[in-house]
Amino acid sequence: MSLGAYVAVSAALFAIGIVTIVTRRNILYVLMGIEMVLNAANINFVAFGRHYGGLPGGGGGLEGKMFAIFTIILAAAEAAVALAIVLNVFQAFNSVKPSEADQLRE
Amino acid sequence: MVPASSGPGPIGGDPNLQRLFYGALALLGLVALVAGGLRAGAPGVAFGLMALLTVGGALACVWERSVVRSAFALMATFMGTAGIFVLLEADFLAMAQVLIYVGGILALLLFGVMLTPPDLGERKLTRVLGGLAVVGAATIWIGMQVAGSANFSGQPVLTPGETADPVTAKDIGVGFLAYDQYVIPFELAAVLLTVALVASVYIARRKRSDYAEERR
Repeated sequence: MSLGAYVAVSAALFAIGIVTIVTRRNILYVLMGIEMVLNAANINFVAFGRHYGGLPGGGGGLEGKMFAIFTIILAAAEAAVALAIVLNVFQAFNSVKPSEADQLRE
Repeated sequence: MVPASSGPGPIGGDPNLQRLFYGALALLGLVALVAGGLRAGAPGVAFGLMALLTVGGALACVWERSVVRSAFALMATFMGTAGIFVLLEADFLAMAQVLIYVGGILALLLFGVMLTPPDLGERKLTRVLGGLAVVGAATIWIGMQVAGSANFSGQPVLTPGETADPVTAKDIGVGFLAYDQYVIPFELAAVLLTVALVASVYIARRKRSDYAEERR
């Protein structure tokens, strides 16, 4: 398949992720949307690295994969912290709607 | 499972809408498979299948009313992404994707689902469809702009299966530890993970005052 097909899938995933973040009124959906967006970025990294890594100085496609791995590491860290924050928000506001968590002090 | 009485109507919402959505999804998948097969043969069919898993899972995730169903739809997205990595000859990355996303992040999300109340009946159909229309149009427009200036459909420098020496897991391991490659980002990632995990335990722990309240 051509590079364009991978980029198209990535763009679709990114768009759906943004829609999930914006339209659903639940923190957990926001997290899911963020994961989709990160996955879309990963597909792009690997696809571009795969297709242009053979150029002089391209590193044989290693760069794209390393970028993707670091993105996955960041996503793991983000998910752990986000879950802790979700639990705290739920304890403090008794709600999982982002619009209702509107003050920092108790 | 959440009893149906806790929300308005069945968990999936209107059964007819549900059928319509999944019928459209199946049609989309058929089109993806046939188009892939016509364009590139067996690899094209595999790509169509993985694209369907990825995009269809994401669509089902934003469509479903129940958070649990959405989380499991997200699993299809993650597995489809792993399949796309395999098609791009990034085997190690596909393995890491399954281990970390499906085994770790999805499990965390499900913990979050279990520790918060079910939240049925908050899907606004018009909002979701309108959002899809607006963001989809914007993405397509930006894509046209970029595709006009870059050359995506033209000759790729490499097509899968052509490289003499594909990147292996060993290359990635060496890349992590070699001094002239990625050792600094690697160590920074280790520090970041440590800080993030310790901080999340600190944030989510029960406060001293909670225990005191319980004892009273």
